[in-house]
Amino acid sequence: MTKRKLLGTASILLALFLAGCGGAEKPAEETAKTAAPAGPAVDPATAATITGKVIYKDGKPKANRIRMDADAACAALHGTPVYSQEVVVNDNGTLRSVFVYVKAGLGNYSFPTPTQPVVLDQKGCLYTPHVVGAQVNQDVKILNSDATTHNIHPVPAVNREWNTSMPPGAEPLVKNFPREELLIPVKCNVHPWMKSYIGVLKHPFFAVTGPDGTFTIKGLPPGSYTIAAWQEKFGTVEQQVTVGAKETKSVDFTISPPAGAGD
Amino acid sequence: MRSETPGAPHSRGLHRFALLTAAATFLLLIAGALVTSNDAGLAVPDWPLSFGTWMPPLVGNILYEHGHRMVATFVGLLTIILTVWLWRSEPRRWVRRLGLGALAAVILQGLLGGLTVLFLLPRPVSIAHASLAQIFFCLTVSLAVITSRDWKEPTPRVADPGTPSLRGLSGATTLALFGQLVLGASYRHSLLSLLPHVVGAAVVAYLVMWTAKRVSSLQGRPAPLWRPAVSLAALVAVQLLLGPAAYLSRLAALEAPQPTLPLVALTVAHVAVGGLALAASVVLTLQCHRRFFRREEAPRLAAEKAPA
Repeated sequence: MTKRKLLGTASILLALFLAGCGGAEKPAEETAKTAAPAGPAVDPATAATITGKVIYKDGKPKANRIRMDADAACAALHGTPVYSQEVVVNDNGTLRSVFVYVKAGLGNYSFPTPTQPVVLDQKGCLYTPHVVGAQVNQDVKILNSDATTHNIHPVPAVNREWNTSMPPGAEPLVKNFPREELLIPVKCNVHPWMKSYIGVLKHPFFAVTGPDGTFTIKGLPPGSYTIAAWQEKFGTVEQQVTVGAKETKSVDFTISPPAGAGD
Repeated sequence: MRSETPGAPHSRGLHRFALLTAAATFLLLIAGALVTSNDAGLAVPDWPLSFGTWMPPLVGNILYEHGHRMVATFVGLLTIILTVWLWRSEPRRWVRRLGLGALAAVILQGLLGGLTVLFLLPRPVSIAHASLAQIFFCLTVSLAVITSRDWKEPTPRVADPGTPSLRGLSGATTLALFGQLVLGASYRHSLLSLLPHVVGAAVVAYLVMWTAKRVSSLQGRPAPLWRPAVSLAALVAVQLLLGPAAYLSRLAALEAPQPTLPLVALTVAHVAVGGLALAASVVLTLQCHRRFFRREEAPRLAAEKAPA
């Protein structure tokens, strides 16, 4: 009887371990496989533009302060308190650092890889910009403008993960991502408050909202599109848009925190 | 437990050194928990050197990751010295072998630590690293116990009075505690949900209560059993408070841009007290095996004692 009890206890623990496997889920990421572009190029003479802004519906959320005391070099760079960049509401009620992009409707157009790199700087112990877009295989040039060591560590789901140290004065680091992926979290493990996101797309039709909360996507071929706006805390909202040749259309997004979510 | 070598000399120096190694290993457990709680596991991207040097600037999370490596190096050196010391002066072969086992464990632990860095924190390796840390701590605690003067003094072995045997019950409690620490590490490293760890806590609490009750019912409550049993029960009681507190601090820090002080302090305390509870259970198990003989041995021992 007693041996049975002990055996039962051991079995329960083993079963708990096995039952729990896979219980913790990875954050969902929108990904797509990269297909080799083989279609026609966009005719610039007919290209359309989509512009708009991303409005935050719920006033101004409470900003969380970052404590940089762990690295004196970081703390010395800021005379005033620094706050998390996760949700930044501009003075005009719009949201900053929202990644807006064409999610569907492009057909089989081909898009050359830009020769100009996208720049991601480590400045003031923060990533600048906080959210950035790049095309598949486009160079991403990473700088360290700080007088302290950072390491830059993207955590992709379908691209290769890497973790590279950048001491003060380090040469720029040039990397690229060969697969489409939305969006790749980037962190610095030395300074745990440093977070950034890189959106990697096969096409160039994306933009990130700035201090005025607006975005502009130029050079679109005429057609009907699904336009998505991604915000790191609140997720993605979408709209359907049809643009004609040389047309400029305005599309505004409204993002609000999910019901019951505290600020 | 194997029989002791009659007349084996006691080395106070060796015992104290074993105690020092166990204490340093406990500090290493805390240093490791600080790395995980501060999300500092990859603050230093290379291994075995740190940024290609022995001593990088200890800023930000580099302090935790490189600090952990320095404490680990110190513990590794202590373990090498302890193993050599045991090999040269310890007459009990099984104790010498246990020392070798500890050395093998600390070497493997160092390699696992390196693999977690070089392969960017693969969960199974990180969990294995956290689990082996507890096993190694138990080995150093065991060495400290069995090199003590008390352990070497002759103790009459008696029949285990109850059912189940305290040998079996204390052993099962130790195994359950270890399993619970593995479940905790699996939750911390996001392999498992919290539920198995919570249910495991209930199982462990039940077994610990059962074990402590059995020890308390022994005639005269012999100190070598009573002390670790009371310690174990107290540590598990504290642990049952620390667990929910650590979880609540995690919930409270969800919006924070970086790990908060309450989150780090409570999580590290939870890991450390878990290690101490396991160590107390190991000591109790060792003492039970030393004091009680197996039921199957009773007829043989009785025959040996009977006059010719």
